[in-house]
Amino acid sequence: MTLPLLIRRSLRQHALSTTVTALTVSLAVGLLMSVWMVKKQSHDTFTGQAGGWDAVLGARGSKLQLVLNAIFHLEASPGNVAWDDYLTIQSNRAVAVALPLAIGDNYRGFRLVGTLTNLPMVAEFGRARHLELEAGGRWFEDGYREAVVGSFAARRLGLKPGDEFHPYHGLNFDPKNEHQDTYVVVGIARPSNTPMDRVIWIPLAGLQNMSGHDPSTVSDISAVLIKLRSPIAGQQLDVLYNRQGNRLTFAWPIAREVAYLFDRFGWVDRVLTLIAWLVAVVAAGSILASIYNSMSARRRELAILRALGARRSTVFSAIVAEAGAVAILGLLPGYAFYFVIIGTAAAIIRAQTGVVLDPIAWDPVLLWAPSALVTLSALAGVIPAVKAYQVDVSGGLAPES
Amino acid sequence: MALLDLTDLRKSFTAPDGTRQIVVQIPRFSVDAREKVALFGPSGTGKTTFLHLIAGILAADSGTITIAGQSMTGVSEAKRDQTRAAHIGYIFQTFNLLQGFTARENVRLGMAFGGPVDNARADELLRRVGLGHRLDYFPRQLSTGQQQRVAVARALANRPQLVLADEPTGNLDPTNSREVLELIREACTETGAALLLVSHDPAILGTFSRSESLADLNHASQFRAPSPK
Repeated sequence: MTLPLLIRRSLRQHALSTTVTALTVSLAVGLLMSVWMVKKQSHDTFTGQAGGWDAVLGARGSKLQLVLNAIFHLEASPGNVAWDDYLTIQSNRAVAVALPLAIGDNYRGFRLVGTLTNLPMVAEFGRARHLELEAGGRWFEDGYREAVVGSFAARRLGLKPGDEFHPYHGLNFDPKNEHQDTYVVVGIARPSNTPMDRVIWIPLAGLQNMSGHDPSTVSDISAVLIKLRSPIAGQQLDVLYNRQGNRLTFAWPIAREVAYLFDRFGWVDRVLTLIAWLVAVVAAGSILASIYNSMSARRRELAILRALGARRSTVFSAIVAEAGAVAILGLLPGYAFYFVIIGTAAAIIRAQTGVVLDPIAWDPVLLWAPSALVTLSALAGVIPAVKAYQVDVSGGLAPES
Repeated sequence: MALLDLTDLRKSFTAPDGTRQIVVQIPRFSVDAREKVALFGPSGTGKTTFLHLIAGILAADSGTITIAGQSMTGVSEAKRDQTRAAHIGYIFQTFNLLQGFTARENVRLGMAFGGPVDNARADELLRRVGLGHRLDYFPRQLSTGQQQRVAVARALANRPQLVLADEPTGNLDPTNSREVLELIREACTETGAALLLVSHDPAILGTFSRSESLADLNHASQFRAPSPK
């Protein structure tokens, strides 16, 4: 009863400094947890978002650009792939599935991706789940100007089955570049929490033959998504296209290319983590300063406690525990900060990439970061606690003049 | 056997000029169980130092102090803290109540370091000193007389065998002074505690069956009473 009572009363007596330092702790713990979780989840989800594909074949250029364009529907395509190249890799015995993609138009900023009608059978996400449609919809058919809209794009564009729209030329929305072709929405895809949610799917031929496109490239495609029969096949095709050939790029394995991307931006994580730890150190420092500065005023109180029989170790423990308690008070708002930060980050990442982070997902950081802050704060309390330990009881009890 | 027994007690401090100044030098002094003793001494004669030595707040340079069979000299500070928490109640001139704690909590803290906290006893003690209606008041919400009553209740909270009272009426008006003094004596009688009270007020001495002058006890040279010519 004694130690908790001493801590509670002391925190109440110094309510203002307790509140300010607890809020600093909450900011630190919120930042630490959210930086860690955004880094970890975005890394895990991006590297795990290959949609069941093993590799991408595209025009000669950057493998990463190819992956970003064909898998994440970001960036521009490095160039075109001839239809014959598609037929060649499709007939390769090492290839299980080859799905051509044609990219180059948009509707109000959301990409139109031309592909084959077997997309829902071969594209995967999560644990071998396939794209499904909301009730009342169907997949587009070859030879028709029909579209299936990803869930996020449909919500943003307000599209529903039966709606018609005119695509715009290019990957960026420009009202002046409207195509004359009219497409009808025949289905809305259920959310997959992948970049596929931000795409409008249309028949391959539809995009190739869109009014205004160069007739000389009408049979070209942008990339081929590939499922391999075995990992060894990936090495063989890597040698075939990347070392022996010089027209095409074979991006394999996809996860490694994405990991390279994260490596390139690893410094951002490190800077953010450093900032979070600096805030944590500032929080611990402010706990130290606020308790240390109050030690003169507490000298008498500590002397009285000692006169009542409290040992030096008791008053030492009380100060260290008080410092830890300030941090504990900051934990609850710290979790609130965390949910605000990661919720905002998740919304931005989803809007930009279609990748969905889970703000309520469990991770050990949610335990060790608060524990580290409490420990750091308690350690900060050691310095004023030493001062408390050294209080001269007789001098402290002397009447104040 | 005496409850408090001390022999050849000596305590000195370093003066500003660097010399050692003996403040307490008492060859022998004892207090029996349940006995009530008043010590008279003008200000600055080492009264508080003497009580701090008995309570183990200060360590003696030499000599022995035994309280209820427990030695307060030649032992660690932690041991002195333990003996003080278990056997001694202390009443101060300036009350020394903890300002952030209620009357009830102050009394509970009086027993917290010597054994288990008995909440009912804390409340009962406050009722005994006439503060049953002020249990949850903070010291600043109490009059000076009421604050000293809380201090009395706190000093008795750990069921001490010896209560040390350092000028307990020094900050009180005559009426409160009389009431508090009587309260301390009654409470000590009821709980069976011995009382050692020091004061500079000669009027108090007459109310005790045993009273002594610290100047007679303390052989430190600067406090010795002048010899009659």
